[in-house]
Amino acid sequence: MPKLKLPAPPLPPGVPKPKPKRPGTPKQTPLDVAADAGASAVDWIDERTSLSGGLRWMLFRKVPKGTNWFYTLGSATMFAFLSQAVTGVFLAMYYRPDAAGGAYESMRYVNDEVFLGEFVHGMHKWGSSVMVILIFLHMARTFFFGAYKYPRELNWVIGVALLILTMAMSFTGYLLPFDQRSYWATIVGVNINGTGPLVGPYLSDFLRGGPEFGATSLSRFYAIHMMLIPGAIAALMGAHLYLVAKLGTTAPPWIRAEKSDAVREEKA
Amino acid sequence: MNRQEKEQYLREYSILKAQGKPFFPYAVAKDSAMACVVMLVIILMSLILGAELGPKADPTTTTYSPRPEWYFFFLFELLKVVKEPALTPLATIGVPTICMILLFLLPFYDRSAERRPERRPVATTAGILTIGAMAYLTYLGASAGAPTQIDLETPSRIQAQGAQMVAQYESGKQVVAQSGCLACHKLGKNGNEGPGPELTDIADRLPRQAIQRTLINPTAPMPSFAALQRNSPEKFAAMVAFLGELKEEEGDESEDDAPVNAQRRP
Repeated sequence: MPKLKLPAPPLPPGVPKPKPKRPGTPKQTPLDVAADAGASAVDWIDERTSLSGGLRWMLFRKVPKGTNWFYTLGSATMFAFLSQAVTGVFLAMYYRPDAAGGAYESMRYVNDEVFLGEFVHGMHKWGSSVMVILIFLHMARTFFFGAYKYPRELNWVIGVALLILTMAMSFTGYLLPFDQRSYWATIVGVNINGTGPLVGPYLSDFLRGGPEFGATSLSRFYAIHMMLIPGAIAALMGAHLYLVAKLGTTAPPWIRAEKSDAVREEKA
Repeated sequence: MNRQEKEQYLREYSILKAQGKPFFPYAVAKDSAMACVVMLVIILMSLILGAELGPKADPTTTTYSPRPEWYFFFLFELLKVVKEPALTPLATIGVPTICMILLFLLPFYDRSAERRPERRPVATTAGILTIGAMAYLTYLGASAGAPTQIDLETPSRIQAQGAQMVAQYESGKQVVAQSGCLACHKLGKNGNEGPGPELTDIADRLPRQAIQRTLINPTAPMPSFAALQRNSPEKFAAMVAFLGELKEEEGDESEDDAPVNAQRRP
């Protein structure tokens, strides 16, 4: 028998502990065999990775009382990012970052020929709006609840970096369909970057891949959009989540512990 | 936040946490419900709004309107507030950079222990004002109208010069409308007030040669039209001709205005 160390939820105080199984060899139904096989598979993985401890730490930490629906905005933003990642992968299966016409033609092909192509393209396009709205709402919640204060300052800084990366993601993605709108909006955007002091012209040159908007510009935007920034977002999101799990989410600022503390002392 | 306040917060937080519920399944259930809503919204938006693909990008011209994604409107509108060309870098890069730095450093200069929004009047007011300003600027950007058409009548002095001149004027107007100039310039009733200067009477201020030079070698963030001149010189010429004729009208305006205009340009 494998000694299974599945994470077990803590029991509420009133509930009696489940009785241990009676010793001896009970009848093995096919269901038991299947459960045993599953348990030993989990056991096999856990013996090699010790994941169960981390899972237990992640899943069964307490969330302070008073948390409400505003506290789902962060995970919703992450979910929107995951949706963007999945739909982006499907678009990348067809996309060709070729400024000479391949880029536009491949998106035309996705929209007109590929099964559910326009639907997935639309999900990626509008998902970016949803993600930006959610990340701003999440930031507003953090700001108005004072959740960026001690000890969560670092998490706030990482969050602002994630906000900027999300906006950069939108900016670099705008060019990729390579229609008129995206082409000219991106040129204006890059030129705006170029007016910056000191680094501005270099930043513009870097984005364009040269002094003028040309064939290399598109592949550069594509690489930034699908490798550089998503990697950075995923890494920072991991750090953000780790800190959330380690420090805990805040309670709403108007929730106070003293009162219930006093009540508890009275009872005692 | 001094040490005592930190310790008090941590103590209180540990009590609140002890009184709370486990993350799984309570918070996970809420997060999952929210994820379903997000998925549904994305799917519905995709189904209703679609993913239209405009005409293919063409550095020379055709119909295009360089407008950013809607959530950049507030940055775009910010540029229009600043008219002085010398201050343009301040608006384009300076203000957003300063805002970003302020945002990054927020926990390091707001060090009070208070968390309730109604007891942090400065922070709460600043937050609400920022959101209001962003919403207002986004609204301005969204309501600017499609910058792809120009509702200007062909002035009588052009019509007086014959059909060929009218044809050139009309085609130039079309090239300008389709070149996205109106995203940054105001032209008559159309277009945006900035960051570029108003074009309605540009020929009063700039001779035709200067307009052509500006089109080929503009000041950032305006895109250069050198490629248009290279690839289709007749369109570029029509564009320059149209812009070179954008003078304040004397004949078309009411009689009272005429002497004023005459005084201004003796």
